[in-house]
Amino acid sequence: MSDTKVVTESKSKPVKSFDVGSWLIPIIAVLVAMFIAAILIKLQGSNPITAYKSLFKTAFGSLEGIGLTLGKSTPLVLSGLAVAVGLRAGLFNIGAQGQLLSGALAAAWAGVTFDGLPGYIHIPIALIAGAFFGSIVAGISGFLKAYRGVHEVITTIMLNSIVMAIADYLASHQLREPDQFLTRTSEILPSAKMPIYSHLPLGFFIAVALALLIWWILGRTTSGFRIETVGRNRHAAWYAGISVKKTVISAMLISGAIAGLGGAVETLGITYRYAPAFNLGLGFDGITIALLGRVHPLGIIPGAILIGGMRAGAANMQFDSGVAPELVDLLMALILLLVTAPLITRFFKNNSNKSMTSGWGN
Amino acid sequence: MSALLEVNGITKRYPGVIANDNVSLTVNAGEVVALLGENGAGKSTLLKAVFGLIKPDSGEIKIGGTPIVFGDTAGVISRGVGMVHQHFQLVPVMTVAENLILGDEPKRGLFINQKSAREEIITLSKRYGLEVDPDAVIEDLPVGMQQRVEILKALRKDVKLLILDEPTAVLTPQEIDELIQVIRNLAKSGVGVVLITHKLHEVMAVADRVVVLRGGKLVGTTSPKETDEAGLAQMMVGRSVVLQVNRTEAKRGGVVLEVKGLEVRDDRKIMSVKGVDLTLHKGEILGVAGVEGNGQRELVEAICGMRHRETGNVLINGVATKDMAPHAVHEAGISHIPEDREKHGLVANYTIADNLVLNQFDQEPFAKGWIRNLGEVAKNADKLVEKFDIRTPSAFNTAGSLSGGNKQKVVVARELSEELPVLVAAQPTRGVDVGSIEFIHNQLISARDNGAGVLLVSAELDEILSLSDRIAVMSDGKIVAIVESKDADRNYIGRLMAGLKE
Ligand SMILES: Nc1ncnc2c1ncn2[C@@H]1O[C@H](COP(=O)(O)OP(=O)(O)O)[C@@H](O)[C@H]1O
Ligand SMILES: [Mg+2]
Repeated sequence: MSDTKVVTESKSKPVKSFDVGSWLIPIIAVLVAMFIAAILIKLQGSNPITAYKSLFKTAFGSLEGIGLTLGKSTPLVLSGLAVAVGLRAGLFNIGAQGQLLSGALAAAWAGVTFDGLPGYIHIPIALIAGAFFGSIVAGISGFLKAYRGVHEVITTIMLNSIVMAIADYLASHQLREPDQFLTRTSEILPSAKMPIYSHLPLGFFIAVALALLIWWILGRTTSGFRIETVGRNRHAAWYAGISVKKTVISAMLISGAIAGLGGAVETLGITYRYAPAFNLGLGFDGITIALLGRVHPLGIIPGAILIGGMRAGAANMQFDSGVAPELVDLLMALILLLVTAPLITRFFKNNSNKSMTSGWGN
Repeated sequence: MSALLEVNGITKRYPGVIANDNVSLTVNAGEVVALLGENGAGKSTLLKAVFGLIKPDSGEIKIGGTPIVFGDTAGVISRGVGMVHQHFQLVPVMTVAENLILGDEPKRGLFINQKSAREEIITLSKRYGLEVDPDAVIEDLPVGMQQRVEILKALRKDVKLLILDEPTAVLTPQEIDELIQVIRNLAKSGVGVVLITHKLHEVMAVADRVVVLRGGKLVGTTSPKETDEAGLAQMMVGRSVVLQVNRTEAKRGGVVLEVKGLEVRDDRKIMSVKGVDLTLHKGEILGVAGVEGNGQRELVEAICGMRHRETGNVLINGVATKDMAPHAVHEAGISHIPEDREKHGLVANYTIADNLVLNQFDQEPFAKGWIRNLGEVAKNADKLVEKFDIRTPSAFNTAGSLSGGNKQKVVVARELSEELPVLVAAQPTRGVDVGSIEFIHNQLISARDNGAGVLLVSAELDEILSLSDRIAVMSDGKIVAIVESKDADRNYIGRLMAGLKE
């Protein structure tokens, strides 16, 4: 695609090269964010070295820690991937959060409802239920965009609130765990709980496999080409006979399915039930992670692992160094700011000779 | 007294190309210098350096004897340099007046003084004889009019040096004559003018001196007195160019395309194609001549399924095509070189290879079922880059990195590679250099000789006259006459284009 470069000797083969320059921005962003946070830790009277050491040692220092990190990373990979698929089609899906919640609740429902199934059938059913509902929620925005011209940012934000209200209502009424004081669903059946292989959670491997699949779809299939073309120049896409409407809707359906799957994996692998306080922020973290990963399906994985690791190590860090776990939120905010700054300037630069002016030639 | 503009040994490298290679040049007050060269020769790059827009790797540029600071466009402007870019710099949603004052607005307190802005625009356009409606919104204007606004904008400041980067590419013959008159008047009043154009007769008409760039190097300086158009073309391309198209008598076959009673509205919902009937035969080129804005664009878009047809039919080989379905129309047998290559023809940040299959990416051999065959895409790209002489270091560079003429060759290559029964070519050589024009013309002729019916729409009457077997003249949304090209008389067609009866 756009990042293909040529090597001189084999002229007829497009060779994907790893474009170092463009990956420098996220790496620098992370380092600068950590540096700024270190200053703040210092000002607060704690030792940033101790804090970071503890954070990363907990997250990556043992197999147990890595397992915990990967568990935390899994929904982040998926929500990041969901946002990235949207961006590839030129759509800013801010609704990964709502799509993820609906997936989490649907999986919790399926995990409780289908009794007497073996795990290898029950888990896929619950995952598909999650993906399906995530997809429907995003599909609404896709449909409104394609046929009514309503901007997806507005509809996805609105749907976030709507989905959250409905999910919480269902969790406290129809799907509520009977005879319990807490507002939450019953625990899913053992057959729906996703296995952990010597600390390594199955969900993570599903997420990575999905990222690889999406990467392949975008780069190698006609559907991927449609999505990419609509994202880059929808006038040319229309001229070339690509249905912009269908492509917008299908990109939203895919994006929502991935986010919904993220929620389902969280339910089946970590929380084992749905409660209104669960899953908060995972969908929004997806925006940061998608941008940190340069909107590349595989670039999202290291970003998600980094953030997941920080979340996994935060509690221990507080214990070892007295730095509050909210440091991770601070870091995320700084990273988002630093990653988007160059993107925003590039956006305006590109637009200054694209949509702001009209003309031809070069 | 020092020269108005002195360019000393400018070199500018881009990845894989040397856009300017040690170029030196002077322009004196009151002199019109034409800068010639093929697409990609480095003309725009050189003038962008003069305007302070880019920083060359080495070299020096002086205006009135003092060096300019690269990157300081404001400083260059304040020293009396105006530039009309090849690529429009207008804000489409603003009015003409707003665009003209943008960046230096007459103010009253905190607010823009709209009244004095309008007055200034009206005086300005009177002074140079370039009429514009100050209240029209840019995006509603035809490109020729937008170009006029660009020129006025450059003239607004007290210019000593005016740089025009392909200003006539989109103008009608009348507008070009007017512009040439404006340039002459400016030169008479002491302004130095640098003009980039691909139209050699304009160069002959207006230039005092001609400077030719080839592959980033300055290859020669001449003047219209010392040479002729063929000589200029040869200097640009480095070989002799056939300006007159050689073509044999058309072997006209059956009807491939029929347009019946077509009525189409433009973007402002005004009826702009008012009942057009056309028949195009296999093996002929039917040229549609007309002053731009007389419905040609809407006609083409409606034929190609990109604009709603109010009434009427478009038949390919006798079969009606669907309205508003570019893909279906393409599959029914129409190739289309679109007028606006940046908007419709190309995806700028896709590779040239992907652009070369943009409307065939899901067909054999470029895809097998759902899976793209990137090996075939690459092979196709290598073949077409070579056959259509697309100048690029690699077929895997982005289309956006190409110069205008090479972008156009990408579109032409893609549309001709399929050999469909009908080819609709809208302004196929707009903004393209002489070498590429010759090439594209020959490709259109050979498509015809291979049995395609070619519908050629062009604002260049010369292009229509030299390529067409039959000529349809379009005026005010109607076909006012269809003549065999051997009976065509330039003046007669010109009068019909202007809407005069006989
Ligand atoms: N911003 C850029 N980045 C990379 N290459 C460029 C850029 N601008 C121009 N070029 C290359 O420099 C060469 C000269 O381009 P240009 O000056 O636009 O040519 P011209 O105006 O004569 O058609 C071309 O090969 C073009 O592809
Ligand atoms: Mg140029």
